[in-house]
Amino acid sequence: MAAVFQGLGAATALSVSNSLDSRKFLVSSRKSLSERKASFLVVRSDGRVVPRSNARGRRAEQLITNAVATKPDSSAASTTSKPGHELLLFEALREGLEEEMDRDPHVCVMGEDVGHYGGSYKVTKGLADKYGDLRVLDTPIAENSFTGMGIGAAMTGLRPIIEGMNMGFLLLAFNQISNNCGMLHYTSGGQFKIPVVIRGPGGVGRQLGAEHSQRLESYFQSIPGIQMVACSTPYNAKGLMKAAIRSENPVILFEHVLLYNLKERIPDEEYICSLEEAEMVRPGEHVTILTYSRMRYHVMQAAKTLVNKGYDPEVIDIRSLKPFDLYTIGNSVKKTHRVLIVEECMRTGGIGASLTAAITENFHDYLDAPIVCLSSQDVPTPYAGTLEEWTVVQPAQIVTAVEKLCQ
Amino acid sequence: MAVCLRTSRAIINSLQSKVGLLSMISQSSCWSSLTHHREPPFSSLKAQNVRDPDANFCDKATLYSSRRFESVKTEKQFNSPDDVDHYQILDFPGGKVAFTSEMRFISESPVERAHCYRVLDNDGQLILCSKFKKVSEEMAIKMYSDMVTLQTMDAFFYEAQRQGRISFYATTIGEEAINIASAAALTIDDLVFPQYREPGVLLWRGFTLKEFANQCFGNKADNGKGRQMPIHYGSNKHNYFTVAATIATQLPHAVGAAYSLKMDRRNACVITYFGDGGTSEGDFHAALNLAAVREVPVIFFCRNNGWAISTPTTDQFRSDGVVVKGRGYGIRSIRVDGNDALAIYSSVHAAREMAISEQRPILIEALTYRVGHHSTSDDSTKYRPVDEIEWWRSARDPVARFRKWIESNGWWCSEAESELRNSVKTQLLQAIQEAEKIEKSPLAELFTDVYDVPPSNLSEQEKLLRETIRRHPQDYPQDVPI
Repeated sequence: MAAVFQGLGAATALSVSNSLDSRKFLVSSRKSLSERKASFLVVRSDGRVVPRSNARGRRAEQLITNAVATKPDSSAASTTSKPGHELLLFEALREGLEEEMDRDPHVCVMGEDVGHYGGSYKVTKGLADKYGDLRVLDTPIAENSFTGMGIGAAMTGLRPIIEGMNMGFLLLAFNQISNNCGMLHYTSGGQFKIPVVIRGPGGVGRQLGAEHSQRLESYFQSIPGIQMVACSTPYNAKGLMKAAIRSENPVILFEHVLLYNLKERIPDEEYICSLEEAEMVRPGEHVTILTYSRMRYHVMQAAKTLVNKGYDPEVIDIRSLKPFDLYTIGNSVKKTHRVLIVEECMRTGGIGASLTAAITENFHDYLDAPIVCLSSQDVPTPYAGTLEEWTVVQPAQIVTAVEKLCQ
Repeated sequence: MAVCLRTSRAIINSLQSKVGLLSMISQSSCWSSLTHHREPPFSSLKAQNVRDPDANFCDKATLYSSRRFESVKTEKQFNSPDDVDHYQILDFPGGKVAFTSEMRFISESPVERAHCYRVLDNDGQLILCSKFKKVSEEMAIKMYSDMVTLQTMDAFFYEAQRQGRISFYATTIGEEAINIASAAALTIDDLVFPQYREPGVLLWRGFTLKEFANQCFGNKADNGKGRQMPIHYGSNKHNYFTVAATIATQLPHAVGAAYSLKMDRRNACVITYFGDGGTSEGDFHAALNLAAVREVPVIFFCRNNGWAISTPTTDQFRSDGVVVKGRGYGIRSIRVDGNDALAIYSSVHAAREMAISEQRPILIEALTYRVGHHSTSDDSTKYRPVDEIEWWRSARDPVARFRKWIESNGWWCSEAESELRNSVKTQLLQAIQEAEKIEKSPLAELFTDVYDVPPSNLSEQEKLLRETIRRHPQDYPQDVPI
């Protein structure tokens, strides 16, 4: 499925008019979860360059993000005609990782086969040669224990990135993640902090079998003390990776097995993506479609069909799975009054279920129709290709759902 | 994968070509590497040249990379085709093994149990010719005083729980020597990852009785801000990592912390404590394995006190205690008498030196007896005989044993004894009374420290809670500050 996406949906940057009165929104006063102390420029993916100021100022701006940088940056010494450079998603992750390892000697990586093997998905390729075996640590097959090791190292000042070869394996690390990673900052009275990043590929792949097709975000979402983000494009993969490493909180970064070979042109200059923000993929008027990770692409495919049929869907990649960016989502709901959630999690207890509850609780008055949530069935993912396809939400289902919602 | 010497060259060639092929396969179809992931025979092997004189850990990067790929070439002997006489030694991944034609199973238990190191006999007298690290008078007196303080503290807090003043407590009776002597052999820079029966280590490092009381009462002066149960102490100032109630989860943490020390090349090690029960947890095995493979300076200290709540060690494991498990992971180990303060002091001191200078983990099994109940929620007379408990409490008391030794050196007398005990009693009573009066943490502390900065959802929840309390004050405790 090595699909090549360049410039999804609307190619040009749109700015939503200031008619959205964001100040009326109740939660507008929230602060960003982490204070960013470094001063550098944030290049928004619509090309705007903004200084990294305090979060309150940022809240008032419009969050228009587009997957591809469109404005050429004069400072980039690019020999090609287009700005930035092209790479695949796993390379973007590696680039982010490498930049952070260069920047801060405390950053280290641990996981199975991350060293000379370069990681099962080549995210850490070449890093062991560059930084040595001590900073890129191969571990034995003991997920609970090397996650615990990462937590212990973090409590003493290192910033480890723990790689789960497949997110499903991190179920073995659940004890450490829930009881220690999420809790120790709290139970120690703030004395010990745990700035770890736990990352790995998850989601339904191509016939990987039930055990290798887990959607762990639904199991982890309840754990207090952790943050969860899901990347979907090379741009946000690199940005989220860097932000997660710099965060003082434990962050779980969900990647998707089938998205590693996505190609995109990303800016040359340094940037990070906010851990708590959602991404506006395609602004629209008729219906808000909330999605994340691989389902974003199914949604965008459905969006093409919908546009042909005359609908104008607004597509938001929620990116931040814990906490939800209710600010962006809320503004969208107030505009369109219809919500469709498309996710890969199972119906019961998935991200969609929580999101439905959160939206209903906060924006009930703005909804013209009940929230529709398309998710996978509550079955283990079968191996057979056709069966597997039926467990994942397909663009056709999305189109049907939107049509029904907009009646 | 038996390799015949004669076709060695062919094998090397095919191995090398397979390495290239494997990385090619991985590049194009990433997910299929999952099926390979359990058996990459080339990439992560280490040569058996652990005794390689060049193996200086300062030269990490080249050392590790050269070690890693050594075994792909399956030892240097392939370079000389004359070594065909060694029929009985062949190479497998992991190194050379000698063959035997006798089918001999290694026995499940040794002929004799591993010997236990002790310095003082049961009457606190030095055993002739015993080798141990000398302790100065000052150090010995501090050790003894702290052991007495710990003993007294346990008695008072246990009573306080019985009186309903604190909700929970777990004593360390019988293990005072382990607590204090092991702490005494370390420096303040050494990091401590405790289980929950090691408050003595914190006491040694300077945690005051008031601070202990504050944590037990969960008041606002507690470091932990009243968030954990009593005895779950933690103090970053004293390099004592907050106790988590989960068993053996601190072992991998200790390995991670030791890895951090190794990266920074600090002159310090990590010590982590656990009981006999904790050695059954998966984390114990993986942590020991990880520590050995990664060669980190950590001391694994097992307090084998015979009981895991009501489970005796015979139901916990069938090996000869815990010390033999060290060899299973390639870790140097020793068994010591856990009620002998001098033996513990010497062994921990030696272990620390080895751990730091040789950058290796060490396993110490201290044999002792849990005289108290598991905790205030337990009544151990239900599963073990009362006279057994009493015998260990009196005849084998580690505190009394150490006192006999310092008295025989002329460093202690009965006046000093009563003075110490009275002083500690007074301080404790005062600490408990004060801690009881200090108010609890305010409501805001329910929501802080979950993250570095409270996020919007938690702020909302706090607001909601305050609203609810404002409307129904009679349903909420009056003495908790809002």
